[in-house]
Order: sequence, then C-alpha cells, then structure tokens
Amino acid sequence: MARIPVPTRRPGSASRLGTGIAVLALLAVAACGTDDATAGDPEPSATPTAAAALTVRDPWVKVADSGMTSAFATLVNESATPVTVTGATSPVSPMELHEMAMRDGEMVMRAKPDGFTVPAGGSHVLEPGGDHLMLMALGRPVRAGDEVDITLTLADGGTVAFTALAKPFAGAQESYDPGHGGTPSPSGHAG
Amino acid sequence: MGTFSAPVSRRHLLAGGALAAGGAVAGATVTAAARGAPAPAPPLPADPGTAVEPFHGPHQAGVATSPQAHASFLAFDLHPGTDRAALGRLMRLLTDDAVRLTQGRPALADTEPELAVLPARLTVTFGFGPGLFRAAGLDGLRPPSVAPLPAYPIDRLEDRWSGGDLLIQLCADDPVTVAHAQRMLVKDTRAFGTPRWTQLGFRRGHGVEPAGRTQRNLLGQLDGTTNPAPGDAGFGRAVWATDGPDWFRGGTTVVIRRIRLELETWDLLGRADKEFAVGRRLDTGAPLTGTAEHDAPDFTATDPTGFTVIPEFSHVARAHVADEGARMLRRPYNYDGQPDAAGQADSGMIFAAYQADVARQFLPVQQRLAESDLLNEWTTPIGSAVFAIPPGCDEGGWIGRQLLG
Repeated sequence: MARIPVPTRRPGSASRLGTGIAVLALLAVAACGTDDATAGDPEPSATPTAAAALTVRDPWVKVADSGMTSAFATLVNESATPVTVTGATSPVSPMELHEMAMRDGEMVMRAKPDGFTVPAGGSHVLEPGGDHLMLMALGRPVRAGDEVDITLTLADGGTVAFTALAKPFAGAQESYDPGHGGTPSPSGHAG
Repeated sequence: MGTFSAPVSRRHLLAGGALAAGGAVAGATVTAAARGAPAPAPPLPADPGTAVEPFHGPHQAGVATSPQAHASFLAFDLHPGTDRAALGRLMRLLTDDAVRLTQGRPALADTEPELAVLPARLTVTFGFGPGLFRAAGLDGLRPPSVAPLPAYPIDRLEDRWSGGDLLIQLCADDPVTVAHAQRMLVKDTRAFGTPRWTQLGFRRGHGVEPAGRTQRNLLGQLDGTTNPAPGDAGFGRAVWATDGPDWFRGGTTVVIRRIRLELETWDLLGRADKEFAVGRRLDTGAPLTGTAEHDAPDFTATDPTGFTVIPEFSHVARAHVADEGARMLRRPYNYDGQPDAAGQADSGMIFAAYQADVARQFLPVQQRLAESDLLNEWTTPIGSAVFAIPPGCDEGGWIGRQLLG
C-alpha cells in the first residue's frame, strides 16, 4: 500500500470540537492506495494526493427532522494544485453539491455538477446563501448536537471524511430550484 | 518630558486606552534615547477587548477567574423527555459554542460573527440543577447537597428567580460580548429547554479600579473581603470537590441567591448604624476593630461600656468562618432595575457563592445569618437556586461528559 503523508493534526474525536478541523480519515489513505501515481512510491512526501491536501474546517449541518437539510464548512487546500470536490456521501442521506443562483429574479439553489474547486493554497467557503452540501432525503432526523459523518469525493478519486455538528439554524431557507419544494424545517425538538 | 514612571504611566494607560499607550511608549523611547541608554520595553497593557480566558482545563472557567465586569446568569427548565442522550447532545453543542466564543471565534452557524471577535475575557460556565440529574436518570450521582436550600424565615422567594435544571453563566468585561454569547447559547439550548430566569449583573467597569479590589455592592459596602483567593492554600479545598461521586471531582457547586436591597429603609440609617449592621467601616471596609480592609476582626474587643466593638449580630460576626478551606467563594454581581412609580429602587445583588460542598460550607453560614444578622433588615432573598458545576474538559471533550457520556 502506498505510504501517504499524514497531516500531524489528529482526526477523530479530538478534532471534532474546539479546533474545528476534521482532517482526512483513514478512508483517504485507503482510497489513495489504489492511485497508480502513488502506489509503491517510496517517498512519502513526493506526491501528496488531493485528499491529503484538503482539510475541512468548522463543519456543521443544519438541524432537520426530515426531508432535506444542508451542511457547511470551509474547505482548505494546503497544496500547490487546485483540488476539486465532485461529490459527497453520508450514512444519513443521499447528498448533492449545490450552489445558489438567480432564476427569474429569485435566488434558488441548484445542483453544481462540476463540483467545488478549491484553489491551490486557498479555501472555499460553504455557507448559507452560497455553495453548500445538500442532504437530499434524511433517513433519520438530524437533531441538535448530533454528529453527522460526511465524506467528500474528489476529482482524483480520493476521499476526505469529516464529522459535522448539528446546529439549530433558522436561516438558509432558500427555495430549491427543481421543485423539490420543502425547505428544511427550522430548529428541531430534542425530545 | 519628565522621566518615565511606570506605575503612573500604567494608570494613564488604563484610563486612556490604546492611544495613550502608544504615546507613553513613544515618550519613553525618546527619553531613553536622549540619555543614550537602550530603550526599555515597558509592557503594553493587555488589550481588554481581545483578552482571552482559557476554556479547557481541569476546572471550568468563570469560578476562580477574576470576576469580569458583566454577567448573565441563565437558568433553563428542560423539556419533558430530555433524556441522558439528549443532554449529551446539548452539552456537546453548548461546549462547542463556549470553546469558540471564549477564544474570540464565531460559533458555528453564528449569524453575527463580527460580534464574536472581542471576547473581553468571556467565560461560559455550565451548571446542572437537581432536575437535570432526574431527567438523565442519574439522580444517584447527584452530589447530595445539590438540592433546593431549606426554607428560611427571611426568604421571600419568587418562583421567577428560583430553581432551574440547567445553568449557563456568562461573564465578560464587555456587555455586548455577553449579549452575543447569550443569544448564541439560548438559540442552541431552546430545542432542549425553556428559559426559566435570566439575571443580568454588573460590577465596576473594566479598568476603572485596579484588578483584585474587593467589589462594592449597592449598599456601598465592600463585599467579599475574606474570599479565598486563587493561590491561597485553602482555595482548592474550599472550592473544588475532592469527594462525592467520581464524575464530580474537580467540580464545584454554586448557590445563586437574588437578594433585593431595601434601599429606602437603608437610607433611614445614619452612617454609624450602617457600619454597626455590617461590622465594617463603609469607606475602607476595615473591621470596626481595625484600620485596614484585611485586618482580622477582633470579635472579643469591647468598648468602655462593655459591649463588643463589633456587634454580636453584625453581618461580619455572623458570617465569619475562621477556616479558609471551609469558606465559600463569593462572586457576586449587582443588579439595578427600573425605579417604580414612586421612585423606589429595584436594586440588589446576584449573590453567587461557590463551594465544594453546599452542606458543609454554605448552609451553616446561611443558617446563622437567617437566625440573627442585623443586615437582614435591609436584604431580602427573592430568588434561590443550586447547581452542580461539573469539572472542566480537555480539548475535544465536552462539559458533563464524565456524567452524561
């Protein structure tokens, strides 16, 4: 298996709170192991993959009882080449990458098939009213304080896993373009 | 320009803020250069807006922390059915907010992130009332003295200032910072509970007197002279729990009494009578047997007529605890509401007392005061609540995990 440089920041519970940095998990290492460019590479630092370069800071997901909701974070690319996120998955819901756009004089959200490109040495903010990760059909409620596992898929096949904290949030009530209708419900009830 | 005198200049810095600081330093440099000596680098005063209190550690902040100028104490009633797992989610969420806001970073989903960048020594402290232990199914792990206080004849308790399942205590040297933190934490708590009471309090504004001064209450008294001080030998024993349930080690308890001050009748007293009621001088805070605030009171000294100089029923005589390790840590704030139609004040104190064990430290003093403290005539308890303050947590942890996790 390829030896992938692992950032010094610890993934896992220690990074879920406080530092707000959820870095690539072991998944990324496994995925990279199938990458021809790095397989068998004896130099750990010679060819960092996109997954190794991408960190996810301050991730959170909006509380919702059912239907759709959205997740937000700041994607930081610490490498010298752009990194493109092409998809996302979660155990709690199918996911899409969305953007906000004007349609008929109204801001609507819609899928962003080309994904989010994080510039070299830069960052890309996923936030209410802007690009975001959409959870399309919740299989269970996302309650305040829940931790939701999300994995980003990158253009080179690598993956980056992180955990988003569920926050009550009244904003981000944008209408969804293809007529999915329901906006995510406001703050859920804990009981 | 005169010589650079550090103490005077520091005082100027406190009063004049950053601009004065720049001027003073520049002046010092010029003076030193003119003498041909290397310029000393006088320490700049810490910027009060960006000053940070650490969040992580063995104890929660906001107890041993030097009291900030402003406070908000919030108690919540938990929604029915808020069980142990839900409480874990709540505390994970609130801890995340507290970590970020106290360090001057916006909370996640912060709609006013610009308000978060000046923490001004913000501390966020969480407390668990008796009802939280019941809701979690963990009443057996409740420190036994975390329970409503016994009823005292002096009490005129109102439900709207009493009880509560969860306490959030917010303290900072800036009221805007407190308001923003309160908004974030209430938003994140309301899925789990309903605000029961909110008490806003204040002390002297930041920087208007040197740190470490005993605060003055709205009766004009110095209040807190014999407090155990962090660093004193007895402080840890007085404040941090070393026995009781395992999860509680390193925690403490807080009793929050809302005490109305009867300023109209207090006004009727002459100065000597006021000092008699307290047993201390109003100006210096010195005991009536001494000359300085921290002189030990002599309860046996008598005047020529044979009475003790410090009246037996004065506040200081009734409240005195000789063993520092058995004292409570008082961290009171003033409140001041609106005068009523007759112009009578709505003033008082949010008396917050922290101790390892309510039964060992708070109740005996309270009992003595309730029996016969001259000051009772002008102080009326109208609110009362008791909470366990869980120990602190490390990075990645959350407050209360030792109990709820």
